[in-house]
Amino acid sequence: MNSRTRAIVLGTGLVLLAAVPPVAGLFNQPFYLDLVRRVMIFAIAALSLNLILGYGGMISFGHAAYLGIGAYAVGVLAHYGIDNGFLQWALAIVASALVALVIGAVSIRTSGVYFIMITLAFTQMLYYLGISIEEFGGDDGMRLAVKSQFGLIDLNDGSAFYYLVLAILVLFLVLGHRLVNSRFGMVIRAARSNEARTRSIGFSPYPYRLAAFVIAGAMCGLAGALLVNHTAYLTPEFMNWTRSGELMFMVILGGMASIAGPVLGAFALLLVEDALSGWTQHWQLILGPLLVLSVLFFRHGLAGLLFGKNE
Amino acid sequence: MNIVLVLEQTLNGLQLGVMLFLMAAGLTLVFGIMNLVNLAHGSFYMVGAYLATTFYQATGSFALGVLLGLAGTLVVGIVVELVALRTLYERDHLDQVLATFGLILFFNELMAMLWGRAAIYATIPGYLSGHVELFAGLRYPLYRLVIIAVGLAVAGLLWFVVARTRLGMLIRAGASNRAMVAALGVNIRLLYTLVFGFGAALAGLAGLMAGPIHVVQPGMGELILIEVFVVIVIGGIGSIRGAFAGALIVGMVDTLGRAFVRPMLATVLSPSAADTAGPALASMLIYLLMAIVLALRPQGLFPARS
Repeated sequence: MNSRTRAIVLGTGLVLLAAVPPVAGLFNQPFYLDLVRRVMIFAIAALSLNLILGYGGMISFGHAAYLGIGAYAVGVLAHYGIDNGFLQWALAIVASALVALVIGAVSIRTSGVYFIMITLAFTQMLYYLGISIEEFGGDDGMRLAVKSQFGLIDLNDGSAFYYLVLAILVLFLVLGHRLVNSRFGMVIRAARSNEARTRSIGFSPYPYRLAAFVIAGAMCGLAGALLVNHTAYLTPEFMNWTRSGELMFMVILGGMASIAGPVLGAFALLLVEDALSGWTQHWQLILGPLLVLSVLFFRHGLAGLLFGKNE
Repeated sequence: MNIVLVLEQTLNGLQLGVMLFLMAAGLTLVFGIMNLVNLAHGSFYMVGAYLATTFYQATGSFALGVLLGLAGTLVVGIVVELVALRTLYERDHLDQVLATFGLILFFNELMAMLWGRAAIYATIPGYLSGHVELFAGLRYPLYRLVIIAVGLAVAGLLWFVVARTRLGMLIRAGASNRAMVAALGVNIRLLYTLVFGFGAALAGLAGLMAGPIHVVQPGMGELILIEVFVVIVIGGIGSIRGAFAGALIVGMVDTLGRAFVRPMLATVLSPSAADTAGPALASMLIYLLMAIVLALRPQGLFPARS
């Protein structure tokens, strides 16, 4: 598929997403506005994970940590009466980047299955930390009484918040595209496909991988700040390890070798979840085997179907 | 902090340690031999606990419940290997993680469907309940002593099987060169299925012993599974010796940490600060330990193959 058809597909998707608020308003179905906004927030998180998982080959099983850090950054500031959105979201990004720096600095020294388990364990550690801090509600979590305040944009307005999320999603798609095609992105991808050759042409992968890990963490931190504003509630469950697994599935279902793939994956997974859970309370009994089958037989993801199998 | 309390908590740590070892042994064997990362290992722990509890209630005999529970978990493990996991050996770790994650969702929901979402309570028979006076001032639950004994016995048996028998020789050979073992006429697929099934049964044993101490509920396997990951990462993935050492270290650090971090902090901090920081620090302790071990030895304490 050439770049022109690709642009048409992406443009159509964008128009469809932009049309959701007026259409939902027309049929008086605010539920769908809510649903698609939630999906887009997870799409941002999955997109950030794909930078390290798909392009960097770093199988992080703890990406939900940054959703949690971003959410707690907003929630904790709000808890102490600081409602300024710029401050809250800046803290969400900076704090996530710092946590990613620490986790990455230890984890990237290892590889393979060690890396998977260590990133999982670090996230679990943060999860338990969240559970044990009674000041912020312990394992019950706490309500976000006031959403982030931005002056002009009011997040209590459902469609204004929706378009803000959409704008951030598009911005991150563009940023992600430029990043993976930059010199920096080339080194990351080279280190994934052959570490020894990357070293022999004079690049040490470690600092590049760490930088990518930090960037992905910071992006996901912003998704966390969006998520807590969306749910208006903060709980350690944001960092639950099953959340990390879901993010990985979004990336895989969508297709790893494409920037827009995880967005498709987020839509596929969350809409299937939504449909199944509306049908039976035992929806996980069906989702589980579906996921197993998708791993066994659906290797290239939705982006592979839509854009052809590149790479 | 008196000596009796320290001893009691040390025994608790040992009990958690052998439990972790039973889980870690299967997981690390499967990884070492089949190169498979199996997240669904915690599901066998859960299946073992449910089956044994149900069979005990149905037959009225604890021993029969344990035996049927073990046999049931063995069968479930073999079926899972034949149906789903066999095709995953040749795939990369990412596919294995994702597929076994899907299996976890399936098993948790299956248990919720068959037994309900609420926890069920497992009991122990009269002859295993009660306390034993180890020495003056320390009365320790008999059941926990039995767990320690069973765990150590299984560890010894496992060492014997792997190091001294023909089956163990095949297992070790299969781990180092699969193609060569197959060329020598050994049915390597059957060997893999057996190893996987017995690994599942070991996890089931841990689960059914843990049932009466903790609660039996859907999702019970995942909490211990992540601790088991810490164990095998610290010990060195693929190494049974490492799993044993790692399990005892993690069991001790976790148990002693939960018991003594808060009082120790209280001696340097204000009581309220210690109350806040103590539990948080205690629950993070094993992960910090893992980070330190990895910073010093990225392959764990006992690397399986150098």
